Amino acid sequence: MKNPLDSLWGTLISGVILTAVLVVAVRTFLN
Amino acid sequence: MELVPALARWLHLLAGILWVGLLYYFNFVQIPALKAAAADGTAAGITRHIAPRALLYFRWSAVVTWLAGAALLGGQFGHAFTLGRGYAGIGVGAWLGTIMLFNVWAIIWPNQQKILGLKPATDEEKNKARRLAFLASRFNLMLSLPLLYFMAGGLTHRAAFGL
Repeated sequence: MKNPLDSLWGTLISGVILTAVLVVAVRTFLN
Repeated sequence: MELVPALARWLHLLAGILWVGLLYYFNFVQIPALKAAAADGTAAGITRHIAPRALLYFRWSAVVTWLAGAALLGGQFGHAFTLGRGYAGIGVGAWLGTIMLFNVWAIIWPNQQKILGLKPATDEEKNKARRLAFLASRFNLMLSLPLLYFMAGGLTHRAAFGL
């Protein structure tokens, strides 16, 4: 599998997914 | 609005814009430009005159951003970093910023020194350094998205203007 960080779009999409995961995690488990 | 938090917030934003702005410059402009410049033999202009200056502001603005952020958290520093009740959002932002600062000083800068010839390195070491610095920079670009979401989440009118 290609490393998503090798492309700008792959990096940005990974960042959006990570943001969504962290937001859900904070809302669900931490607040 | 108290003076120290107000100044710390202002400095945190100014230095943060410089840091993340340069991170975006590296990823959106310099890395693709270097590829094109290497093809027509003009990369030296970038590596000799632009990259060292950009890296200087990049690594020190990262430090100033972190320190101003820590000053802004003040007595809540521990609550934020332990993701305490009511501080989880800003705490996640603080952790992301801390990881990014670590990447700048522990991975990007030492490897860039080899790439730019500021530290002796063989061609093989330079190639390895290029890959490591690239991936750390891209990793920070990825982390900057949730970082800005969580940091901006703490920016309410009350926080900004004391209303």
